[in-house]
Amino acid sequence: MMLRFVLRRLVQVIPTLLLLSVLVFAWLRSLPGGPASAFLGDRATPESIANLNRLLGLDQPIWVQYFRFLGRAVTGDFGASTITGEPVMVEIGRALPATIELSVAALLIAVVLGIPLGYVAARHRGRPLDVATVVGTLFGVAVPVFFLGYVLKDVFAVDLGWFPPSGRQSVAVDATDVTGFAVLDGIMTREFDASLDALHHLVLPAVVLATIPLAVIVRITRASVLDVMDSDFVRTANSKGLAPGTVRGRHVLRNALLPVSTTIGLQVGLLLAGAVLTERVFVWGGIGTLLADAITLRDYPRLQAILLLGALIYVLVNLLVDLSYAIIDPRVRLS
Amino acid sequence: MTATWLDRRRSRIDDLAGGRSLGSEALRRLRREPAAIAGAVIIGLFVVVAAFAPLIAPHDAAQPFPELQENLRPGSIPGPQPGFPLGSDQLGRDFLSRMILASQQTLLVGVLATLIGLAVGVVIGTVAGALGGWVDTVLMRVTDVLLAIPSLLLAISVAALAANPSQTTVIIAVAIVGVPIFARLLRGSMLAQRSSDHVLAATALGVRRPAIVMRHMLPNAIGPVIVQATLTLATAILDAAALSFLGLGDADPGRAEWGLMLAQAQAYLEVRPALAFYPAIAIIVVALGFTLLGESLREALDPKGRR
Repeated sequence: MMLRFVLRRLVQVIPTLLLLSVLVFAWLRSLPGGPASAFLGDRATPESIANLNRLLGLDQPIWVQYFRFLGRAVTGDFGASTITGEPVMVEIGRALPATIELSVAALLIAVVLGIPLGYVAARHRGRPLDVATVVGTLFGVAVPVFFLGYVLKDVFAVDLGWFPPSGRQSVAVDATDVTGFAVLDGIMTREFDASLDALHHLVLPAVVLATIPLAVIVRITRASVLDVMDSDFVRTANSKGLAPGTVRGRHVLRNALLPVSTTIGLQVGLLLAGAVLTERVFVWGGIGTLLADAITLRDYPRLQAILLLGALIYVLVNLLVDLSYAIIDPRVRLS
Repeated sequence: MTATWLDRRRSRIDDLAGGRSLGSEALRRLRREPAAIAGAVIIGLFVVVAAFAPLIAPHDAAQPFPELQENLRPGSIPGPQPGFPLGSDQLGRDFLSRMILASQQTLLVGVLATLIGLAVGVVIGTVAGALGGWVDTVLMRVTDVLLAIPSLLLAISVAALAANPSQTTVIIAVAIVGVPIFARLLRGSMLAQRSSDHVLAATALGVRRPAIVMRHMLPNAIGPVIVQATLTLATAILDAAALSFLGLGDADPGRAEWGLMLAQAQAYLEVRPALAFYPAIAIIVVALGFTLLGESLREALDPKGRR
């Protein structure tokens, strides 16, 4: 039952990914000066462009080109970065742990703070606490992420000196690199000072990145709790004389969290976008930094890979959310 | 139910399509809502300042002033002084005048990006919703893929296609992000209209198909789209600022737009943080205004009328 469900979901993702590949292919074809000169960047000469055109098969019919592109994309071959000359996938592989670490930390902050805040606001509907929370969430989505980053950095890192202003680790800490996840590496190698140092660096960027998802999660939780509190089965549970605590935990919270879990998956899109901005402010050295440099120097192979990867991560994470949803709510699986 | 996450992202948009058209009931509710009033006042002020910007601005925003320029050196930008309440910008121009004039460009970027996204989305949504069948399936498949790309990444890839970034490329990039949302939203409302009594009545009376779509379905389906457009105005201004921050904004140093000014001020944060602070505050206030009005509109249109 469960296996069939998982397989069906996997199959459903394929058309989306195929259409996405067509879109990225069309995008590559419309690059300024054509893909070859875009990929070669400053090193482009008429001969090298003609060479690369032949190499990329740009003299072939368009559908042959598309299938070649698809073949390369599936095998993870996105060519070499025009900035460093390194294969793009190698660069991305090195930078990915930094971004994942930052995004996971931000998501944790958003979920751990967001659900209780939204719940408490709903229980105090219309009272000052609720109004303050709602106003706070409105501000949360209205502030440009990078501006918030600079303000927090200026206040807490530069003026107060509580947190390091940039980077992932202090130079003084001699950390062993195992997985690329700085906090995890410290724990695995028992260099706990390195873990603490990495966590210390993580606080400010994670808080900045968490603001928008936090605001969204608070709002959805609040709306969802209000919705459930008005429902018939909660009224029934209350009139049966169940203890208010039981009703809140078993009936209200459990049901209210279903829509919230979907939202968390959708936040990954915001996190990827926010990471691009946050990483630039805090010189984080993850995918966002790679992307920002790729934009400045028009490194199209890198842009292409990050664009595809971003969409792929977004689709896959939400697939996972779908699957977990089926575990939380048996109705999803049965129908 | 074989709903995937994309179904749910879609259905979240489709849910919004359930609202009613902007009736007098909704307007009445709006007038009692302090959030709606606050939003309307902010936007009203913003539009007035933008409309009369050249008259309000005390100086020529494009011209450097010798008295500001002579005190301008690396590591020092003149602050407030008589005649220049907000001091100088990085090129010795009057910062206050530039802030005021920038309201015009910011409004332009937000409105144009939203309108273009709206127009394309409305065409797609109308065609899909009115025709249904395979046309609907194909159009919605394509918008789904756009929804599957994180929105800022989508805007970045579109903006990066331009060899020379300009305000036009920013507007187009931000507009494209809105297209799938508007299309999906309108299609949902149109589908709901197709089976409604007044459309059936018009069909029975022999009214021609295009007339039914344009006169009977579209006007009744457009309400939720307008709500979304109000909210999109806020995100459009924020997205444009993010593109400028990443170096995909207009490269013309004469251009005054809040997002662009905020992005350019990065280089002078140590020297004169006010250059970043004022545009940021302006963006926050305006984005808040559009969000307040949009959310209140949505609530006023919500048939459940509770939250």
